[in-house]
Amino acid sequence: MSVQEVLPLGGVATRQSGDYRADHRLVADMVKPGSKVLDVGCGEGDLLQLLEMRGIDGRGIELSREGVNRCVAKGLAVVQGDADTDLVNYPDDAFDYVILSQTLQATRQPRVVLENLLRIGRRAIVSFPNFGFWKMRLQLLIGGHMPRTENLPATWYDTANIHFCTIKDFVELCDEINVKMERAVALDLYGRPVPLNLPWWVWNMFGEQGVFLLSRGGGK
Amino acid sequence: MGSVKSIPSPAISTDDRSHEVDHPSSEVMHFGADQPLRLDCGVDLSPFQIAYQTYGELNADRSNAILICHALTGDQHVANVHPVTGKPGWWETLVGPGRPIDPKHYFIICSNVIGGCMGSTGPASINPATGKVWGLDFPVITIPDMVRAQAMLIDRLGIDTLFAVVGGSMGGMQVLQWTAAYPARVYSALAIACSTRHSAQNIAFHELGRQAVMADPDWHNGGYADRGIHPHRGLAVARMAAHITYLSDAALHRKFGRRMQDRELPTFSFDADFQVESYLRYQGSSFVERFDANSYLYLTRAMDYFDIAADHGGVLAKAFAGIKTRLCVVSFTSDWLFPTSESRALVHALNASSARVSFAEIETDRGHDAFLLDVPEFFDISRAFLQSAGKARGLKDS
Repeated sequence: MSVQEVLPLGGVATRQSGDYRADHRLVADMVKPGSKVLDVGCGEGDLLQLLEMRGIDGRGIELSREGVNRCVAKGLAVVQGDADTDLVNYPDDAFDYVILSQTLQATRQPRVVLENLLRIGRRAIVSFPNFGFWKMRLQLLIGGHMPRTENLPATWYDTANIHFCTIKDFVELCDEINVKMERAVALDLYGRPVPLNLPWWVWNMFGEQGVFLLSRGGGK
Repeated sequence: MGSVKSIPSPAISTDDRSHEVDHPSSEVMHFGADQPLRLDCGVDLSPFQIAYQTYGELNADRSNAILICHALTGDQHVANVHPVTGKPGWWETLVGPGRPIDPKHYFIICSNVIGGCMGSTGPASINPATGKVWGLDFPVITIPDMVRAQAMLIDRLGIDTLFAVVGGSMGGMQVLQWTAAYPARVYSALAIACSTRHSAQNIAFHELGRQAVMADPDWHNGGYADRGIHPHRGLAVARMAAHITYLSDAALHRKFGRRMQDRELPTFSFDADFQVESYLRYQGSSFVERFDANSYLYLTRAMDYFDIAADHGGVLAKAFAGIKTRLCVVSFTSDWLFPTSESRALVHALNASSARVSFAEIETDRGHDAFLLDVPEFFDISRAFLQSAGKARGLKDS
């Protein structure tokens, strides 16, 4: 695993900091200008809007009608749909990048979704909450209950998130399906990148979320 | 059974209706022998006329024109009192002051389709070659023919690119045809409760309607006009059957259930005991007041023939290859005439063609007719789509 540059980030991850969320800015910086991007699970279109501001041709898929309405109101091209069922209908190589931001854990078949991302797009950018994060571990270890955080506040029985994984799990899945990791960044609780010179287990422990730029083939 | 009432005769005479056919209470554009309409069936229709309404003002750079495409039994009176029925415009929920399509911001055009019976040339019009009503001598028309005629009207109005083309059902088919055939002339397109092709089930329902018209002894093989009569019973049955497909089981149940009409007990006859029966009879009889039976045959046929992919080797994505038009597709959960699955197939094709498309399915139990009713979520998305497209096009205050 080789990790290249990491951007200077500030503010709190997954919250509004300044104009855009830290993880959104990190994802947007991974996309080459002028690219064509599909954002799967685009929510209310904040990331898409940031991409469009940078001259990137963005499209979105969103499950909730309210989300779609908000996106359309922003002038974004967003289609109501489900990552689990709709991605199969998208042709090969339709996009330069397919983004799955904080959605992987809510899919029924993360592996199939990941394979589809890299079929539809030449590259994929995936971010997800890291269940190996120390706070999560502590809640289960000490508290003896399923972890709940500020960003994942739902209780175990009413959460939409059904396939949590750790950064380590995700890296193993990428190996298994022969996905090449071009960049990997772990963000801490404050949206700052975990220093690169630290070993993997530190990432897995102190990364509140992982952000990965993936491409096809190659393996490790 | 002498007391059994069948479908009542229309309250408005055939004369009122046929007057609108050639002398409509709206603007009319005439196209002479030098400008024939080339039809898909190979006939050059000439001369012909298109009746249309406009609302609002065209701006200085001619960039704010919206074309509204009407559904099967609609017409150009989208947002004004109908000259025959005296009822409000058919899409006053969407079009008008304070509505998502506001004449304050847009120059709104709505034309009666070719083949219609409210002022555009159709089977109820006078054939200039014979001086008699066209009837079944009128050539069979298609959705692309309707759109070609609209394009000629838009040319005459001096508009190069429409800001938006908007329509539901058959109107939505025209929107898709406009987008596929004239992508450079359509800045944005709002296609509602429609499909890129008519399904076998829909063709089946239309055939039922046509057979009802043709089974009426007053139809006379389409030559009823010469006899001064109208096959109103057959057309009313056709409308009743079609009307059921526009609703949903849930909507019918909510509206009528099994409630009786003006009585407590069944009459043990075939009179309209149930409210739903008298509602359908009313729908049938009020429809024949304003619509021509042959026109109904032609327009249903046009919908049946519609299949955009067929013109592109069966590959829908090819029909929209490289288009720059901003599209918004809307479907309704309880629409069984144009179910969401068909809108999704369209959206997937548009995505495959890299088109800039948005899509939303609106939750409602009101069936296909929902696009004509007061459904706030639908208005919200329409307004949002047009406003953002207007902003992208540099329209002020839209």
